[in-house]
Amino acid sequence: MNRQNNYLAHAVLIFGVLLFLLPIWVMVAGATQHAGAIARGDISLIPDRHGLNIFWQALFFKGVASAGYPVWHMLLVSFAMALGIAVGKIAISLISAFAVVFFRFPLRRVMFWTIFLTLMLPVEVRIIPSFAVLSSLHLVNTYGGLTLPLIASATATLLFRQVFAAIPDELVEAARLDGAGPLTFLRDMVLPVSRANIAALFVILFVYGWNQYLWPLLVASTPAYSTIVLGIVQMISPDEMTPWNMIMATTTLALLPPIMVVILLQRAFVRGLTDVDK
Amino acid sequence: MERRTLFPGKLLPIALMVPQLLLTFIFFLWPAGRAIEESVTAANAFGTNTLFVGFDNFTALFTDSQYWSSVGRTLFFCAAVSLVAMSFGLLFANFTDRNLRGKNWYRTFLIWPYAVAPALSAVVWVFMADPQIGLIGRYLGPNWNYGLNGNQAMGLVIAASAWKQVSYNFIFYVAALQSIPRSLTEAATLDGARGFTRFRTMIWPLLWPTTMFLLVVNLVYAAFDTFGTIYALTGGGPAGATETLVVKVYEDGYIGNDIGGSAAQSVALMVLVVALVSLQFKFLNRRTAA
Repeated sequence: MNRQNNYLAHAVLIFGVLLFLLPIWVMVAGATQHAGAIARGDISLIPDRHGLNIFWQALFFKGVASAGYPVWHMLLVSFAMALGIAVGKIAISLISAFAVVFFRFPLRRVMFWTIFLTLMLPVEVRIIPSFAVLSSLHLVNTYGGLTLPLIASATATLLFRQVFAAIPDELVEAARLDGAGPLTFLRDMVLPVSRANIAALFVILFVYGWNQYLWPLLVASTPAYSTIVLGIVQMISPDEMTPWNMIMATTTLALLPPIMVVILLQRAFVRGLTDVDK
Repeated sequence: MERRTLFPGKLLPIALMVPQLLLTFIFFLWPAGRAIEESVTAANAFGTNTLFVGFDNFTALFTDSQYWSSVGRTLFFCAAVSLVAMSFGLLFANFTDRNLRGKNWYRTFLIWPYAVAPALSAVVWVFMADPQIGLIGRYLGPNWNYGLNGNQAMGLVIAASAWKQVSYNFIFYVAALQSIPRSLTEAATLDGARGFTRFRTMIWPLLWPTTMFLLVVNLVYAAFDTFGTIYALTGGGPAGATETLVVKVYEDGYIGNDIGGSAAQSVALMVLVVALVSLQFKFLNRRTAA
């Protein structure tokens, strides 16, 4: 009976794996085939090994709208944006949570709740006014414009506050008896203790940053700041006659970095996700 | 619980708060304030003069039948995406929660779609569903054309949006199932509860807090994070058939340049998010308490 159940489990799970893998496989296999064959609807599930260098060529591919900026440039912009958001958000959340937990200062609660409030306003909700603010600060088409509005968010601060609250008082006392100042304590005690949380947040935020679409769509109006996600969506717009195999190869390249980060740091990621709750 | 031992000093902590506060003011409070301000004003045709118009923008919005059909469409879309994504997440989680060979491989292969960008999940689905080039789409006959048929377009954006979100639910259900004590499931088995009965009478009630929490997260995802999927797949069309509220804000405000109307929509959305996030925290507390 148990064995029968296991067969059912394998069947369902293999179905699940295929459900996710098949669309990706179509794309990877399609990339290696002739653009004309794909356009005719003759996509094959068997990759053509003569077409493998398409993944290399795609790096230098320029969509019509990209005005001379090739795919490798878009990948770099995406990388800078994702890295900037992840590192920036972790850094400012870490120090503000540190201040809230280990100090008492005027307006501490007010400041904390002000930050907390930002949870209520995802960027999709306030796009138009945010864009107006950004353009009056001359941040349109800058890396600051791409990253800063997405860095400010309470989730990471909330998480670090929880982590720091669990650090025992005795540890703080001991550090103070040893004459350690707050910044020494932050560096030698708090950072090592929260290393796992930092890793988890990094994965989540890197993926979040890499996958942004609506915000770059507004802020990156010149191709020099086009991210790879933005670039690809432009490539599939109907008025562009682009070779399908090239788009498939480019999409593969765009999917690879965040997927690699999730798979390589799977443990930290799963823990982080269930800790942070988004 | 308040900490007994603290570091002295006022300047340092305030200095540490400044970057976060600065970003919060510039990128959250200021735009939110502007949205509220713009929602109660109207600019003249040259944008040189603004006029206080009170709730006119809101009255116009709430009497606009197109807005309400977008509300209804968004509700349907969110409910469908949440239902599909959560059902599959639970199904797969339930089957990996046992002694199964290759269990960890299955998990890895079910987790990675989390990393797929919503806008790119649209691109991936084009290769599956496009009537000319799609692996499946090209066999669906001449009546399959999501560029023209609104219902097909809606089905497709639901599929593409839910597809990407299954992993998230899977991860949470796996964690929830792991926290159910073995002794409990074994006792139920000894009492003769098997298979689906055991799931329905014992496991499902224990998963309830997780389900409620995930429901809110999925609704928020479907309402806000799917802009990329929808915009890349259908652009909100055909004839507005897939125009959810966020797509509409973008279309009216950025493309249509109707600042007052778009600001009123933004304010309405903010109210919605505040409600959803409050719910999320309610269930979050219950989940961690359980």
